[in-house]
Amino acid sequence: MYPAPFAYHRPASLDEALSLLAAHAGAATVLAGGQSLIPMMKLRVGEFHRIVDIGRLHGLSYIERRGDTVHIGALTRHAQIAASPLAREFALLGDVAGGIADRQVRTMGTIGGGLAMADANACWPCGLRTAGARAVCTSPRGVRTIGVDELIVDSYTTCLASDELITEVQVPLPGAGTGAAYIACKRSAPAYPTVAAGVLIALEGGVCLRARIVLGGAGSTTVVSAEAEAALRGSAVGPEQLAKAAELVVGAASPPADARGSESFKRAMLRSLVVEAGQRALARARGEQTTGGHRYA
Amino acid sequence: MPETIQPVFVEVVVNGYTYQREVEPRLLLVELLREELGLTGTHVGCDTSYCGACTVLLDGRPVKSCTVLAVQADGSAIETVEGLERDGELHPLQAAFSEHHALQCGYCTPGMLMACKSLLDENPAPGREAIRKGIAGNVCRCTGYQNILAAVEDAATKLRGA
Repeated sequence: MYPAPFAYHRPASLDEALSLLAAHAGAATVLAGGQSLIPMMKLRVGEFHRIVDIGRLHGLSYIERRGDTVHIGALTRHAQIAASPLAREFALLGDVAGGIADRQVRTMGTIGGGLAMADANACWPCGLRTAGARAVCTSPRGVRTIGVDELIVDSYTTCLASDELITEVQVPLPGAGTGAAYIACKRSAPAYPTVAAGVLIALEGGVCLRARIVLGGAGSTTVVSAEAEAALRGSAVGPEQLAKAAELVVGAASPPADARGSESFKRAMLRSLVVEAGQRALARARGEQTTGGHRYA
Repeated sequence: MPETIQPVFVEVVVNGYTYQREVEPRLLLVELLREELGLTGTHVGCDTSYCGACTVLLDGRPVKSCTVLAVQADGSAIETVEGLERDGELHPLQAAFSEHHALQCGYCTPGMLMACKSLLDENPAPGREAIRKGIAGNVCRCTGYQNILAAVEDAATKLRGA
């Protein structure tokens, strides 16, 4: 399958990339790693007349820790993040980066691309929202930093202006007593998650001070529920509270029935993933080094 | 009026040989290899980034060449299945696939071999679980994978001894 013909630009600098995006306002598509975009172009989902390939902006590929925040260049590949010490230090990032599709896709795919695509089932939007991450967005007008929860406004839709590029992702590192986990349910490794859950739990004296629960594949964007998070706060996060929180957050979700599964299957799977991710987050909050892969069903 | 699409100059080193071509921007890496360079060892399976039959190594890392544009690979070194054999000697992975009957129809084999090569380059002594994860992006509809796992373990042992 061939993509439809397109004009191709390969800027050598960020300024050049931004100028191109501005010059072709709204009519240019940014190509990062291409692991979601190229299949869409081949399947001719949407029209892509002009491609701005930012793959040579090597300055956007880095992982730097400054204080309690890690700064990840938008063009950093999933495989680089999965192989970095960061993936062990903040295991949630390892869950996401090391679990996206397969090694081949992780070679090419980028964190910025994974966010900008804003696929409701994809790993980064759910994982980074769980982590409370922010996206640094650069345009000819300057730089602004947007929370991932505000960045993605709908299915495949961000609040980015047509001449604006995600250039960095900032992830607050969890302090002692905080743990997080992300688990997806997939039909097979290369497939997008059917559904997924990310849970972050901050403990103080064995009691939950703060919780975040985010669902993927549960609607047109990731889903959160203040009530579900409140159900964990102030408790020791036992099985009862986790089950209650899972019930509440899945109640706020509207997973679509599709080829990946019925709505009732997805709701049942989401409840179970929230509990499992919650248990794993809890173990990590207590300082245990736990890992575990995705679920296949 | 639709504008004329400008071709793009691409230079790649494939299995040690340098090739230069002017290509349409939409040309996929797998098509550059097969149609332009005549290297038909790399197979197109699903053509949707699912099956891994088209796996090649791009600067030493595995990629699905049906999901990489040729222009993205410009300036890179590429290894394909044709580059595994040296001086008439099969690569230890190829020999192990043969010995262990790690293929039946053979359609997935070029991609499987390249995925396994990159796995062993990264991790010379993978356990069975690491091999399973390492080839999670490669679908084989014949073997049930058991003989592939055995072949990779055997090749890893031989490569470590060499």
